Amino acid sequence: MSKRTVLTILAIFLAAVLVGCSKEEAPAPAPSQPAATTTAPPVDMANAATITGKVSYKDGKPKRPPINMGADAACKAMHKEPPLSEAKVINDNGTVRWATVYVKDGLGGRSFPAPAQAVELDQEGCVYKPHVVAVMTNQTINISNSDQTTHNIHPVPKINREWNESQPPGAGTLTKAFAREELAIPVKCNIHPWMHSYIHVFSHPFFSVTGEDGSFTIKGLPPGEYTIAVWTESLGTQEQKVTVAAKETKTVDFTVTGK
Amino acid sequence: MWLHRYALLTAAATFCLIIAGALVTSHEAGLAVPDWPLSYGQLMPPMVGNIFWEHGHRMVAAFVGLLTIGLAVWLSRREPRRWVRRLGWMALGAVVLQGLLGGLTVLFLLPRPVSIAHASLAQLFFCLTVSLALFTSRGWRQERPLRRESSEPPLRRLAVATTAAVFLQLMLGAAYRHDAAGILPHLVGAAVVTIGTACVWGRVRKEHGDEPALRLPAAILRSLLILQLLLGGAAYWTRVATAEAPQPQLIMVALTVAHVATGALVLAASLIVTLQAYRRLAPREAQAAMVSAAEKAA
Repeated sequence: MSKRTVLTILAIFLAAVLVGCSKEEAPAPAPSQPAATTTAPPVDMANAATITGKVSYKDGKPKRPPINMGADAACKAMHKEPPLSEAKVINDNGTVRWATVYVKDGLGGRSFPAPAQAVELDQEGCVYKPHVVAVMTNQTINISNSDQTTHNIHPVPKINREWNESQPPGAGTLTKAFAREELAIPVKCNIHPWMHSYIHVFSHPFFSVTGEDGSFTIKGLPPGEYTIAVWTESLGTQEQKVTVAAKETKTVDFTVTGK
Repeated sequence: MWLHRYALLTAAATFCLIIAGALVTSHEAGLAVPDWPLSYGQLMPPMVGNIFWEHGHRMVAAFVGLLTIGLAVWLSRREPRRWVRRLGWMALGAVVLQGLLGGLTVLFLLPRPVSIAHASLAQLFFCLTVSLALFTSRGWRQERPLRRESSEPPLRRLAVATTAAVFLQLMLGAAYRHDAAGILPHLVGAAVVTIGTACVWGRVRKEHGDEPALRLPAAILRSLLILQLLLGGAAYWTRVATAEAPQPQLIMVALTVAHVATGALVLAASLIVTLQAYRRLAPREAQAAMVSAAEKAA
């Protein structure tokens, strides 16, 4: 093999590697809402409707596996008993915790400003609190570390920009935001592989994350027909068509299964 | 002899480095240290959580880098064969490139092409160190009459094709590990490697069973492949079975890392069979000349 051939192969290899390195932010996805934001009327709060309900699970109450934190003595020392996985949490009333219910379609071209209030995401006891965070595009997320060990925060989005930053004990709050709508951005700590969280980024404020009673409430909706969707980490997704009239409060329940 | 032992040490350390790299991937520790070449701006960060795996990998890699520098220099001073000296410098170039790829994969947040290139170059570098250990051995230097073979295709070609198939299979495995490909191409690759290995083993047993330089590595190749198939099945099963459990699960990590390590050994064994086939068997043209000379003599 001649020197020229070897150099050519090497150059192609390096070029392929460097091309592979470029992780530019992907173009924005085709939005579920029409793009013409200027023509849509603003929401008349006097006539706003509410959608409420709960997300139920119909296959009993699965056991939550314990998390082995033995890889970091500081993490293990923070718990008398190993904490349980947050991936599939069924509440005592048979509802699902950490399900996210949101308006998937039907808002027309309305645009909504990001709230000034920041959302908090803490690392406490070597788990993310809360396990699921929902924000609007460009809304501030304050990320803090309450533990006496170093964490790193590594969101792995498909559309937004990926980043990976470490946060030692006592370090200041990290202030972040995501510019593009994206459902379920996985967040992980590469130092503690059991640490997982999800961040949802919406272009509107009509979303709700279920808590210990599995219920949700979406307020301030203009009258109209909507597609309401529910996302869960390990129990799939569902959608329903819902029509709400002015000032109406409508109940919409979801039932998910483990299959 | 000491040079050969040193080359063996370098190859063994490289094998350990492949295991250390596999442990990083299985623990999802590739980004536990976000900076490079230092770790959190230090030479020795606190080894907690996944920092232990990532920084440990860097330390083993630095050790292998130093060993490779030593090997290249030693070869350049003591080795009479020019092509072996060149191979030593090539190994040094490969380990430097491998270090750069490792740094790129951290700084650019594990881009799949770089991660797969890093995993693949690791295997190529391992091949270089194994080759150097073989070429510096006493057995390799012994001059013996070349063996003839009658079957088609020649063992040389069979062995080259099998080694290439094993390397491609390791690349497919890396692509699966880094979520760039599904399991199906890796399964097809396993079938191709199995066929190739069976052909090589069958040919060696049939025609060169009395040549230890071929029989021993071919037998090891066959045994390693059987082990590798079992490990692959077990690793995949544990990955599926523990998918919903908090990661990493020890059994999944252990079986997957063993699968990666055995894959490297399969490649090394196949490479040794190939190199020995080129060393101990007469090429087809030479065989024809040998037959012609024998006929003339008769």
